[in-house]
Amino acid sequence: MKKKLLAVLVVALSVLFLPAFAFAASESKIDTGDTAFMFVSTVLVFIMTPGLALFYGGMVRKKNVLNTMMNSFIIMALISLQWVIIGYTIAFGPDKFNLFGGLDWIGLKGIGEAANADYAGTIPQSLFVLFQMMFAIITPALITGSFAERMRFPAFIIFILLWATLVYDPLAHWVWGVGGWLRNLGALDFAGGTVVHISSGVAGLVAALVLGKRKGYKTQTMVPHNIPFVVLGAALLWFGWFGFNGGSAVAANGLAMNAFLVTNTSAAAATLSWVLIEWLLHGKPTVLGAATGAVIGLVAITPGAGFVSVIPAIIIGLAVSPICYFAISVVKAKLGYDDSLDAFGCHGIGGIWGALATGLFASKAVNPAGNNGLFFGNPAQLGIQALSVVVTIALSAGMTFLILKGISLFTPLRASESEEEEGLDIAQHGEDAYPDFASQENLSL
Amino acid sequence: MKKIEAIIRPGKLEDIKEALNKYNVQGLTISQVMGCGHQKGRKEYYRGTEVTMNLLPKIKLEIVIKDESLEDVLAIITKEAKTGEVGDGKIFIYSVENAIRIRTGEQGETAI
Repeated sequence: MKKKLLAVLVVALSVLFLPAFAFAASESKIDTGDTAFMFVSTVLVFIMTPGLALFYGGMVRKKNVLNTMMNSFIIMALISLQWVIIGYTIAFGPDKFNLFGGLDWIGLKGIGEAANADYAGTIPQSLFVLFQMMFAIITPALITGSFAERMRFPAFIIFILLWATLVYDPLAHWVWGVGGWLRNLGALDFAGGTVVHISSGVAGLVAALVLGKRKGYKTQTMVPHNIPFVVLGAALLWFGWFGFNGGSAVAANGLAMNAFLVTNTSAAAATLSWVLIEWLLHGKPTVLGAATGAVIGLVAITPGAGFVSVIPAIIIGLAVSPICYFAISVVKAKLGYDDSLDAFGCHGIGGIWGALATGLFASKAVNPAGNNGLFFGNPAQLGIQALSVVVTIALSAGMTFLILKGISLFTPLRASESEEEEGLDIAQHGEDAYPDFASQENLSL
Repeated sequence: MKKIEAIIRPGKLEDIKEALNKYNVQGLTISQVMGCGHQKGRKEYYRGTEVTMNLLPKIKLEIVIKDESLEDVLAIITKEAKTGEVGDGKIFIYSVENAIRIRTGEQGETAI
């Protein structure tokens, strides 16, 4: 009786205050287990971006640590607003031309506690909005690693807003949106191998090329100033990734736990294989290497987390380290571009391997809603995966180039030489991360 | 009075401090410094990229002592700082004109 009363009250209230979705609300079947699970997954993905700030912050020189961390931190605020105002509707709004979502849900108009059966039929759509928001936040934050230590803050802010709106949001629609053309083709991307990692990694490479090398690149020593930060950041990323991949099942079910299991497995395998490579080649296993291996293992399993089983996950993880190691230590050196913190080497290359590996190892036994890969009798899937990779590269590279060139017509992209020498912390933010004891004592001077 | 300035391996500081303390040298100043010499640098690898660190971390130890203690103190530092490998460091000796204890205004050897 009480429940009924409450239900009537809820409906009455929603009719009063939120007329747009009152109808759906009275029909939806919200599952509390799924909702609780997705809430936890969402907050797990949230913590990845502060984790990334530490991961990147530790890798730069100490005169640039604040700027590097700020780049990730400010994106949390920027994209939180961009997403609720326009990002979500471009990515998940009602399809237009298979290319982007219509503007029906601008400002989240009409979106609330009712579920949307197209994406997540058992949780409030507001929670789905938040879950996807965390992905929209971390993706541009990943790019910042490639232009670290040299980009001007104002140009950076404009770049991020344009990139999120013109690259991430449409691409999310192509791959995940109902009606999106890559989704219609049957491309498999469980948690964002193309949308998150390839797109950000490629954007990073283009940004590194457009901005040019850091002053003193290859002539000065540029080494991480705080590897413990990097380890803490990698640990937070690993932790948050359980929500990133597990939550991409959008329900508290067996598929989510498969994603959880293979995610951890791949991260572990890649950590060990990276450490082993360094040990064999240079005699010492580095901590930076272990942290790097963990992250690229997570990158590589992301697209396949809901489609592959444990043994393929081990193979995906073991293989990603030599591939990325080669890209970072050999190819980058040969080509001479300055991808400061290897956003491309880790996320671009690791993401490409993950997307293709999904086309090799995907199995309907794991996820009947997915498809079989090459090793399970469906070679066509590998072709579809390759196509989705090529399309993602083309979109991200082309748009990133245009956006940066466009911004540079109005304001310089790069900090001046003297600002770079001084460090971006002082030059862009007027702060010093590690004031020495003498200047602390003499504040009154 | 003499001032001894010794550039030593960071790992040797505790041994030297202890030995000097036994000899009754109580005042010393240290600083963390970076330097290069015959030791050259060392190679480090960051994500497989080789980086040569030309400047290596050292400790600079500064002591001012009476003239007659010089030989003993030098012997102590040399003994404790030595490993026999390249990179053990160097010792420089200077004559000191005067010393003043700020609290009391005492000057010369009584001030050190």
